[in-house]
Amino acid sequence: MSEVPDDLHYTKSHEWVRKQDDGSLTVGISAHAQDLLGDLVFVEVPEEGARFGSGDDCAVVESVKAASDVYCPVTGEVVAVNEQLADTPETVNQDPYGDGWIFKVKPDDEAAFGDLLTASAYAEMIAEDSH
Amino acid sequence: MGKHTSLYNVHAAAGARIVDFGGWDMPVDYGSQLDEHHQVRLDVGMFDVSHMTIVDLHGDRCRDFLRQLLANNVDRLQESGKALYTCMLNEDGGVIDDLIVYFMGHDWFRVVVNASTRDKDMAWITEHAKIFGIDVRERDDLAMIAVQGPKARERVHEALGSAPEDLKDMAPFYAHAVDDFFIARTGYTGEDGYEIMLPADQAAAFWNKLVALGVKPCGLGARDTLRLEAGMNLYGSDMDEHVTPLESALGWTVAWDPDDRNFIGRSRLEEQRKLKPSHKLVGVILEDKGVLRDHLKVFVDGLEAGEITSGSFSPTLGKAIGFARVPREADKNCTVEVRGKQLSARIVKPPFVRNGKPCL
Repeated sequence: MSEVPDDLHYTKSHEWVRKQDDGSLTVGISAHAQDLLGDLVFVEVPEEGARFGSGDDCAVVESVKAASDVYCPVTGEVVAVNEQLADTPETVNQDPYGDGWIFKVKPDDEAAFGDLLTASAYAEMIAEDSH
Repeated sequence: MGKHTSLYNVHAAAGARIVDFGGWDMPVDYGSQLDEHHQVRLDVGMFDVSHMTIVDLHGDRCRDFLRQLLANNVDRLQESGKALYTCMLNEDGGVIDDLIVYFMGHDWFRVVVNASTRDKDMAWITEHAKIFGIDVRERDDLAMIAVQGPKARERVHEALGSAPEDLKDMAPFYAHAVDDFFIARTGYTGEDGYEIMLPADQAAAFWNKLVALGVKPCGLGARDTLRLEAGMNLYGSDMDEHVTPLESALGWTVAWDPDDRNFIGRSRLEEQRKLKPSHKLVGVILEDKGVLRDHLKVFVDGLEAGEITSGSFSPTLGKAIGFARVPREADKNCTVEVRGKQLSARIVKPPFVRNGKPCL
């Protein structure tokens, strides 16, 4: 089974979310999600400064096989994007929870982070999916 | 659950990711589609293609039958083991399937058709074979393994133990029987190699022997990017019954001579050839970053002109590539609509890659 770090929160659509000290949230896709997609060959990151609602599609990850939307986990503004992924999309496969981060969003409501899935809830969800 | 080839358990044990391919549970990759792609371009890989349909045709009038059934001319097959790529057309010139036909003996030909088209192909062949008195036998007792890549033939010769000299000297598009194995120098990757038809109950042992010699199992995902780079059409995506070979970059497979060979679909093709087909199938390379996908809209001079029939990412070129059906006049440049944006692309003549080297 794929790695699900305890210190992160998750969404049902397989994003992981890390809370930064400044209150912004770093977002990527889970190890489970990148494994399902296979080798990524293109990542389209959102524009810095763009605003998204919770659940809006805001980025795209594409493997050789398929394209998949990445959804914004909370309502807020994009404050940073991982420009490196334009040239090295495979980083998302190699280090999904580290250098493979996709964007950072400043949530309108800081409490929104607490509404996301805990690591154990997400781990349970993907275990059920695979049955 | 779909149908299983005789190698299914071997794939499952090796940790292959299994998906549905036209009713068959087949490996799409064994971990990394990209690695498997490069493996075939640079060294050697193998594919289980036992889901394809092998049909033996027996009867004294076999050649007459195939002269009528196929758009290419089986009279090009005069030596035992010689192979020919051809389309099988309906009366409207639409492509029922593409296939390879092998000349086995004066009263025996072998055809290999696609897996997804099996039922309609068998019905069509059987119907037209009747008046020629041909016996149509599906060979589901055979498995098929494609070993492809610059080192493919060497590894197969090793696996056979003592490969006969006439196999080692065999030219492309010929096949040779070695005991129970029928070994064809054909493939769907743009690399040298063999497609080997062998008794299904010997397939796992031979597969494992090749693994021990360093031949890496590859999934049908890599097979698709390899064939796309090689400029080879995929039935159901790049052509089907609604288009003719002339609209599918397959005009070279239609044998017009002799004039009096009245193959099925000929009269419609003749008309189309005279008027010139309104559309053609071309290669497309995306200049902007992104990935091409099947059915994306293609624009020429700002106007919607056609669509991508096969789109993917070329691991060898590091760019998105595809085939597109566009108006006859289109050349040089086009744009492709991806998620509402017009991305720049170049119209090219495939192949994109042959024998490990980029061609464009």
